[in-house]
Amino acid sequence: MAGRPEGSAGAVIASRAVQIGFLISAVALWHLATVRGSVSPLLLPRPDAVLRELIDVLATGEFLGDLGVTLGELAAAFALSAAGGLAAGYLISRSRYWIEVFEPLLAGAYSIPIILFLPLYILLFGLGPASKIALGATISFFPIAMNTIAGFGSVEKIHIVAARSMGCSQYQLFRRVLVPAALPVIATGLRMGFTVALLAILGSETISSLSGLGHRIVHLAENMHMARMFAYIAFAVAIAVVLNVVATLLEERGKRS
Amino acid sequence: MTAPGAAIRIRNVSHHFGEEGDPQRVVALRDATLEVARGELLCLIGPSGCGKSTLLNIAGGLVAPSEGTVEIGEMRVRGPLPREVAYVFQESALFPWSTVAENVKLGMLFQGVPEAEREARAESALEAVGLAEFAQHFPDQLSGGMRQRAALARALSLQTEILLMDEPFGALDEQTRMILGEDLSVLLAEHRKSIIFVTHSLGEAAFLADRVAVFSARPGTIKKIIEVDEPHPRRPAFVTSAKFHALRDELYSLLHDEIRKTVSESALARASRDGAAADAGG
Repeated sequence: MAGRPEGSAGAVIASRAVQIGFLISAVALWHLATVRGSVSPLLLPRPDAVLRELIDVLATGEFLGDLGVTLGELAAAFALSAAGGLAAGYLISRSRYWIEVFEPLLAGAYSIPIILFLPLYILLFGLGPASKIALGATISFFPIAMNTIAGFGSVEKIHIVAARSMGCSQYQLFRRVLVPAALPVIATGLRMGFTVALLAILGSETISSLSGLGHRIVHLAENMHMARMFAYIAFAVAIAVVLNVVATLLEERGKRS
Repeated sequence: MTAPGAAIRIRNVSHHFGEEGDPQRVVALRDATLEVARGELLCLIGPSGCGKSTLLNIAGGLVAPSEGTVEIGEMRVRGPLPREVAYVFQESALFPWSTVAENVKLGMLFQGVPEAEREARAESALEAVGLAEFAQHFPDQLSGGMRQRAALARALSLQTEILLMDEPFGALDEQTRMILGEDLSVLLAEHRKSIIFVTHSLGEAAFLADRVAVFSARPGTIKKIIEVDEPHPRRPAFVTSAKFHALRDELYSLLHDEIRKTVSESALARASRDGAAADAGG
């Protein structure tokens, strides 16, 4: 399969141009509204002021402490939910009965707004990173566990029969058939889990915390440092975009291997 | 055929799904007795649902029969025998996440072939089915016919004496099926394997088989065994010979009544089910 048809490559370039044009016009509108318009700089600072603050944040390295806290929480939460979700999902997928019992429970739990339990988590684990880790791990457990069940459940029966007919051991069946067959669906679950963990952690940092990017943003807002707050928001968005792109790339790799 | 030491002995095998008294109970197979001689290709043909695939799976130890026994060589079959029996299934049973070459080697890994041997054996098996150039392709990059060639290569690489083929060309178009049939006949003449080949194609059975076992409608049992006295490899010209046509006609007349029976039975079953539903509704 050598190359795509030209039309589709052209279409990609065209849609990228529209996306970039949209961003540029949003910034231009922002600029006009704050410089020419009557929007209060307390609500919406000028783009160049935000850019100056952003450069200062990056140059001084002030962001490092908060970024470290947020990323540390994310890594711990994701490690917990991935280990728990994969193990629980695999064990449940071994029996039709367990799938029938647990899948509706997991799906139900996934659909409730777990962030509402944040006050309880703070009572249990304190204001520091532990409550953010616990909340992030809880929220991301569900998509990982559900996709693991779906992944192992989607293995074609004929592949298992064929492997058995050739004499595979239980371990070989797991390693060479079940895991590669389930991996595409599991990879999607891990990516979804990662994304919701990031959202939960940033969100809960803004509600009540002692440190982290979310905490910094709320702190700046409360002290009316609007330009610096916007700079931190832009920085957090950039970090989130980078993390999600990396997670998506890893997911694609998981699907191909 | 009374070849000394049959490759497979199937004795009084019956199989049913569901327990006695269960309204859903299906007797798939009743008292089938059959021997496959060494180096012979035996075709099983019959109406759909007659239990021919079930019998194949019982012969290879993938399904335990409700009654009766199967022996391979001197061994009683109680489970899969990867060193004696290799399968080619109807649907693509290739692993889609592995290349063609990896698929072939994975089969040998499962079977317990030492790593040093796998590469060379995979290469020669793919060569034999004409897929050497496609070793690094993934199954979904191949046509249906090529996928079944790859599945055949995987089975050949296992170097078993017995090959069980469950409608291996069933999902292919007529022309691809003819070519694969010819190639299979050539391969078999070289490898001398003992084969059970399930098919629903009269032409395929007449072209490939040394013997054809014709099944009756459900509960399936062997109605008649027909010998095909024609050496392998079978030439394409065999298809146009009077002998081939006589064979095909004989198979057709044997099968025709059984297929009618199956169709009218399933129509009756549907009618009585619909009747019951209408009663319940009214």
